[in-house]
Formats: sequence, structure tokens, C-alpha cells
Amino acid sequence: MSYLEYQVKYVPTGLRKLLYLNWPLVFLVTAVACLGFLMLYSVAGGDLGRWAEPQMKRFALGLTLMMIVAMVPVYFWRNVAALAYAVSLLLLLMVEFVGVTGMGAQRWIDLGFMRLQPSELMKITLVMLLAAYYDWLPLKKASRPFWVLVPLIFIALPTMLVLRQPDLGTSILLVMGGGTMMFLAGVHWAYFGTVIAAGIGLIAAVFQSRGTSWQLLENYQYRRIDTFLDPSADPIGAGYHITQAKIALGSGGWTGRGFMQGTQSRLNFLPEKHTDFIFTTLAEEFGFLGAFALLVLYALIILFCVLSALQNRDRFASLLTLGIAMTFFLFFAVNMAMVMGLAPVVGVPLPLVSYGGSAMLVLLGAFGLVQSAHVHRPRQR
Amino acid sequence: MKRRDAETAESVRRISRRGLVMVGGQVAIMGVLGWRMRSMQVDQAESYRLLAEENRISVQLLPPARGLIFDVNGVPLAENAQNYRIIMVREEAGDAERALRDLADLVPLTGEEIDRALEEALSRPPHIRVPIAERVRWEDLSRVAVNAPALPGIYPEVGLSRHYPLGEDTAHIVGYVGPVSDYDLSRIEDPDPMLLLPRFQIGKTGVEQKHEGDLRGKAGNRQVEVNAAGRVMRELGRIEGTPGADLQLTIDARLQNYVQARLAGESASVVVMDCDTGDIRAIASAPSFDPNLFVRGISVADWNGLNENKYRPLAAKAVQGAYPPGSTFKMVTAMAALEAGVIGPEDTVYCPGHTEVSGLRFHCWRRTGHGNVNLHTSLKESCDVYYYDIAQRVGVDKIAEMARRLGLGMRHEVPMSAVSGGLIPDRAWKAETRGEQWRIGDTVNASIGQGYVLTSPLQLAVMIARLATGRSVTPRLVRSVDGIEQPDGAGEMLGLNENNLRRIRASLFDVCNSQRGTAYRSRIVAEGMRMAGKTGTSQVRRITAEERARGVTRNEDLPWERRDHALWVNYAPAEAPKYAVAVVVEHGGGGSTAAAPIGRDVTLQALYDGAPPLDAYPETARREAEDLQRRLELRDIRGPLSRDRA
Repeated sequence: MSYLEYQVKYVPTGLRKLLYLNWPLVFLVTAVACLGFLMLYSVAGGDLGRWAEPQMKRFALGLTLMMIVAMVPVYFWRNVAALAYAVSLLLLLMVEFVGVTGMGAQRWIDLGFMRLQPSELMKITLVMLLAAYYDWLPLKKASRPFWVLVPLIFIALPTMLVLRQPDLGTSILLVMGGGTMMFLAGVHWAYFGTVIAAGIGLIAAVFQSRGTSWQLLENYQYRRIDTFLDPSADPIGAGYHITQAKIALGSGGWTGRGFMQGTQSRLNFLPEKHTDFIFTTLAEEFGFLGAFALLVLYALIILFCVLSALQNRDRFASLLTLGIAMTFFLFFAVNMAMVMGLAPVVGVPLPLVSYGGSAMLVLLGAFGLVQSAHVHRPRQR
Repeated sequence: MKRRDAETAESVRRISRRGLVMVGGQVAIMGVLGWRMRSMQVDQAESYRLLAEENRISVQLLPPARGLIFDVNGVPLAENAQNYRIIMVREEAGDAERALRDLADLVPLTGEEIDRALEEALSRPPHIRVPIAERVRWEDLSRVAVNAPALPGIYPEVGLSRHYPLGEDTAHIVGYVGPVSDYDLSRIEDPDPMLLLPRFQIGKTGVEQKHEGDLRGKAGNRQVEVNAAGRVMRELGRIEGTPGADLQLTIDARLQNYVQARLAGESASVVVMDCDTGDIRAIASAPSFDPNLFVRGISVADWNGLNENKYRPLAAKAVQGAYPPGSTFKMVTAMAALEAGVIGPEDTVYCPGHTEVSGLRFHCWRRTGHGNVNLHTSLKESCDVYYYDIAQRVGVDKIAEMARRLGLGMRHEVPMSAVSGGLIPDRAWKAETRGEQWRIGDTVNASIGQGYVLTSPLQLAVMIARLATGRSVTPRLVRSVDGIEQPDGAGEMLGLNENNLRRIRASLFDVCNSQRGTAYRSRIVAEGMRMAGKTGTSQVRRITAEERARGVTRNEDLPWERRDHALWVNYAPAEAPKYAVAVVVEHGGGGSTAAAPIGRDVTLQALYDGAPPLDAYPETARREAEDLQRRLELRDIRGPLSRDRA
């Protein structure tokens, strides 16, 4: 059933929409963000103004954005999906030319009041576009080669631009997020089997090509892989972060050292302790219980998204919700795996916790989409 | 868009199914994450906490010893000397500023040193060892060691620093090292972590810079356990670095030292090349500077002194300098004309002392003229009008082509800084860079190495070596890297007509050994050692008609900057060429008086591998030569091999 078919009178209107919001999701998101403020306050050594306060302002801004997005009927978002994707792609192209270099990569566009990271935006708009695409495409065509190729191009374009920046983490997230959308939409299993086989082949090629003239990754990316495989090989360079992150995390124990008592994060071992490595501080200060609690909060957010999607009979809305849930999952799973030494360091922030404006706003905007899908779901009486 | 209910139901069913698969995957991954958390934080918590609290791992980078540089006989030109220094580790010192103040009570430290150390310490990760003071006296060092408990994070250390035992003699060749600058880092795509060490030194100029990759080596590291106070408890592991590769140059330090001493007081450069292999035996630029000043960090006064000196001591003139070659270029014009067949060796040109070309008057250096001149006399007496004439017949493009075959107008690959490519003009060059048409007057000027033509002393040495051997000799400065011999520069045959070469060589022989030759006074008389060469005097200004009329063309009457450059090229022994020599004395005046005697002295020194017997000099020059031998202050250089030889 598509939006046009359901009867408008059964869908809440005006401020009554507020009552129909997915309130548990709002509380969960706020809870995670509050945990983030605490950690930012702690890593700044008890300085509120350094990171925690700006982060709170951004969260307030993001929450407002979420509400506004939630109030707009979901069919509007479906109709502008292609436009949103095109704008994000354009912004990514602009980064190539007018981008500001930060942390050794070109990722930002300076808007004056904030620095926008178009690759963050792209993660969501790609999901939107693919959801709209599969909403439009008749189900039985989904597995035909041509109609499989089209979304592949949608994924490949931004991925290549992001790889050029270079930002390996975001490109992995884009590919996996896009792939999940295709999977959810019902593309035949055989495609995914082929891709996984090809992926294993590609990994082999990446390692084989190292040192030759056609090597596929940048040297620093190879070194990160090396460091991941054997952190002790370069303990003072790149491996230093991993070793120190693991020490901080492991030394937390069951209950941690207590709020503001972490010695490892206090001693400035970690260069990105307020962004990508913030999880180590949480794990050190609140121990296994704190770290696991965060994981549970994240799991609940996913759970509420999935429940909302499964209730929703609108194809676009449920695809969008599941896609956003997957993107969110990829964020925290990759980040946690990275700081725990299960994945190479690729530069993915911990969602809603790491210090950073673009990611926070984009994520809350995405949750606005989830809310909009939830509020405006077709209802039958 | 209208959808059938069946289709909607199918869509919902499929999304639900696939969505549940996705959730299953997510749950599995979250399970792994949770399990990992548990294993790290609960099962292994003890060991991690031990690492974190009582014994923190500290990793110290062990910088490798930089490769040494030797001369051809094994005399060290760049070595690593031990020096005592004091370093600080910020994370152990706690308050870096207070630690430095405490240290200043024990050891004399200037405010500048403290500020610099503080800035370096604060701008780097806290575990990095930052040097505070270098070349500390032993007493100061031991005072720091005794007071170690009161100075957490501050350690005495023995480090290596670069030393150039021959100082000024090899400054332009070997270059010097200095601390890595932000500019250096910005040019390296992917800097070695070693480069980020405070005051880590890399090659800045010369061989030190060009062979940085060979000389630097690879860093090792040691992992140590330190207690809460930062004291090293034990070493956990050590990965030894690889020291840098040693280089052996083709330079002969004793000859180099002689040349540098011989050039004292001049702004000049000399290149001595082995004709057989292209090995550069000496390549000197005067005045020079002490590279050790740069290693220590040069003072502002010294720096200004070097920079403001009008003789430009920092410039390696032997490779950077680009001078009009003057008459030393005449062999090129002559060879071009002979090879093109536009003149025969016995064809004569009448020289009245000047010639008219398209309304302009071009003068010969001898105002009274040389009369009828053939190839032989034109080189021997260096007549200009002869070359004005033959150059117009052969054309500039053929001359330029010959110049390039003889090694001019191209950058030779020697690992020194700012090697000049010189300039050999032709029609295409002028059209391209100036947008002007080539004029016949340009050809006339180029024929005697004036006008646009520019060459470096190194190129001139290559040119004379190629004329002497007929092979495309190329210069080689580095003999071996890490014991691996580098290819020599003997080169292929150039394919020049051997008869033509023989004519030129005979003329060059008479320049030195015939009574009327321009360098007769600078000849060598020892049998089997005699040389062949060519003088050159190149104008750096235009002589106006008025000046010519007044007769103020004498160099001595002009300020130094406007005097002529004096040039000289030669090879010796004339019968079996061993060494090729080029000399340029900036604003030295005439080539035969200012440059040729230097060339002769250097050639003799090279041929005899030390001070030559006085009877190698012509009788008239012996007294002067003896004086010079006594006056020059040479270093006592003994390499491992030269001792064997003695």
C-alpha cells in the first residue's frame, strides 16, 4: 500500500503528530547523547566549555531538526530523495575543489558558521535515494541485471569521491549501507554471493598489488592494515594508538575507575580522545558495565527502528527506516571494533557521542526521517 | 501510483524476511563486540590494569647512525661524533616549565634554549624525548645525573651529531645536515616517524641531501617498562635499526684541499675530472664556509656574514655558476664547422681586428688584428674574427647541436645542490622564450661563447674531457653506495671525426707549448706531463664605442663586479689524457693571467698526487711556484689507503 491509497483522516495532523512520535526512540537517542556530554566533560578534564557545551548546543539544534523533519509527511521525503542525493553529490564534488584539509584529508566545506562534511550527509541521502528507487521499481524487476546496475552506480559515484579525499571509513560505510538497501529490497541472493566472493578476491588483489605500480590503496592505508594485523610492529607510530586504546579499555575492569578517574585518557595518550577514541574513555571510567550499557542502548535504538519498519506497510518508509538503522549500526559497530582492535583504524566516529557537528546533525536528521515514517505510516481501520 | 494488494503484501513479506536476516547479522556482530568487551575488561583486566597503572610501556625510538661519507681513499668527509646532551620526556616531567626551571639552577641554560625546548615539548606527543641542551660539558652532565631523583623526566644522554672533519674543503660537495623543518615535512608525502623526533637531522644540501635515502637508515625501537615515576624498570624488547649506508665519493680529499687552498682570496671554482671514468677528483668553489656551523645551528651574525659576502660563499659555483664561456667555446664552434664540412683546417680568414656584420662592428680582442688565420692559429692565438666568419657559415643550430654533444647546455646528474643546466641558445630557444627572431649578430656573439651562451665550470670540464677522449664522458661523484660500486661515466664514442679532433687537440697543445700560444707562460715542461688547454676571457658588460675610443678597456680600471671572468680548460698529459680541468675566476680579468696558472698548478698537483717537483715548471715560473708551495697551508690528510701508499 502506498501513501496515496491510505486515507488521510486516519493519519494524525497538526500538533497531534507529536503524540504519535516514536517517543521511546527520542528518549534513547537523548540518553546516548547525554552519556556523550558526560564523556566530553570528562576528557576535557572537567572543562564544560571545551567540548561538552558546544556539543549540547549542537544536540539541541539537531533535536529541533529532527522534530521538523518528523512533522513533514514522508511522501515529501520520498519525492525529494533524488534531489537530496544530487545535492550531496555536488557538495562532495565541491570538497574536491574548495575543501578544507583536516587530519590529512580533504573532507570539509567551510560554511562560515560550521564546517560541513558532505560525506556524512551522503550516508543518509544515499539510503533515501535507494529507498525511493526500490519504492518506484516494481518488485519483480528488482533482480534483473539492468535494474541492479542502476543502484550500483548510485553507490559507486559517492564512494569513489570519498575514496579520493581519502576517507576509507566513510567509503566502507557507504558501500555497506547501500548494499544493505539492495539486500532489503529483495535483490536476488546470488548477487550478494558473487559480491562476497569478489570481495575476497579484491582483498587478495589489494595485498598482492602492494608495492607495485598499480597498488590499490594509499601507503598510509596499507600501514593502517599492517598496524591492525600486528600493532606491535609499529608501536610508536600508528600502532601506538591501538596499543594505548586497548590498555585504556582493558584497564577499566568490571566497574571502571569512576567518573573523571581514568588515568590513561587523562595522560593524553590518545590524540583523538574526544572524537574517534572516546569509547576508550567511557570503557575506562565506567568499566564493562558502562561500555556494555552503551551497547545495549544502541541495540535498543536499532530494535525500535526495526519494529517501526516492520509495522509499516509503506515500502519506502520501511526501507528507509531499516536503511537508517543499518547505517547507524555500522557507525557504532565499526567504531567499537576499531578501538577494541577488531578492525583497522579507519576514522569512524562513535554516533551521538563523539565530538563533531556534521555527524550529529545528520544522524538526528536521519532519526527525523525515521520519525516521519513512523508518524505518517498507513493506518487501516 | 496504484499497487495491487498482492504486490504490497509480497513486498512487506520480503522486507520483513530480509530485515530479520539483517537484524540477525547485527545481533551476531553486537554479540562479538560484547564478548570482546568482556574478555578485555573482565578476563584480561588485571594484565591491562598492570600495564596502565604500575608499569606503563614506554616506547623509545632509536635513531639509526647516519651513513658515513668517505673520499676515494677512505678519508672521512662526514662522520658521527658523540656529544653529551640533556633530554626531557614531558609526560614524566609533569610540569615541563617547572622542570626546566629546576634544571636551569643546575646547568647553565640560556632563556632562548629554555623557550625553544618548551615549545618543542609542548608541540609534540608527551612521550617524545625532547633535547634541551646539546654539547653539554661533562661536569654539567654528571650534575644532572646525580640529581636525577629531583628531576623527573630529565635525563642525560649520549647522542651522535654530524661532524665534517674537512670543514670548508668539502662544504659544497658534502653539504650539511640540519633539523627537519615544517617545510621539509610538507614536501614529504608520508614522513617516517623518525623525522618527527625533535631536532632529528636530515641532509639539507649537497650529497647529504641528495643521498638522504641512502644515508639515513631505519630507526629501531626499544620497549621499556617504566614505573609511575617514569624510571625504566626493564627492557621488554628491542628492535635494532639499520644504520645508514656509507658513501664513497670520487673526490680525492688531498687534491680537494689543495684546490681550495689555491683558490683562497678569489671568487672562483675549479673542477678536476678523470678523463677515463668521469670521476670528479676535486670540485671546489671559493670562498667556502664551515658546514659545522650549520649542524650546531648557525648564529645570526655568522649567517648574515655568509649571506652578505659579495663573493657568495654559500654558492657551489662549480655547478651552480653559469658563465659565458668566452673563448673556451671556440672548440665547439670549430668542431661544428669542421664536422659540417663548411671549412677545411687550412682555410684562412683575414682578421683586420674587427668585422662588420649587418651594419654592426664586432671586434677581435687584438685591435691590430691577426692577419691571415687558419684553424690552428685561430685557437692558439684565440682570434675572434675567424670564428665570427665560420659561425655564419655553419649556422647557430649546428653549433648548438655540437655544444650539446660535448656536454654543454645540459644538467649533469651529480648529487650537489642547484646544479645548473647552463644555456645553449638556438633559433627555437629564442623564438620560444623571447618571442624574437634569431639575428645573425646572435650567432656571431655565440661563436665566441658570448651573448646568450652560459656554461658551468662542471660543464666546461665535461666538454674538455670529451674533446680529449672523443667519448661522451659524464661526471660521477659517488663511487660506491654501501660498498656497491656505481656505474662509471666513461661513456660511448661520440662518433666525431678523429682527424678533426686531432687537429683541435694539436692546436690546444700549442696554446700551451708554442711561443705565441695564449697560455705559453703557464705551460708544463716535464716530459710526459705536458698539457693542452684553452684560455677564455668573457665579458660581463658591453664595451661602448666611447670607451673603446678612450681606451678604458683595462680590467684593472673597472670595479670588481664589471671586470671580465677569467676561464681556463685543459687536459693532461696531452699524449694520454688523464685529467680534465676547468677553472673559472669570477671577474678575474684575463684567462691567460688569472685562470691558466691555477689550472696548471692544479693539474700538476693531480698528476703527481701531491706537490710536483719544481722542474715541472718552466724556469721563469719556478721561483713563484716554490713561493706558493711554501705559502699554502694544507691540511695533513691521511686516509687508510694513502698511508699504505706511503
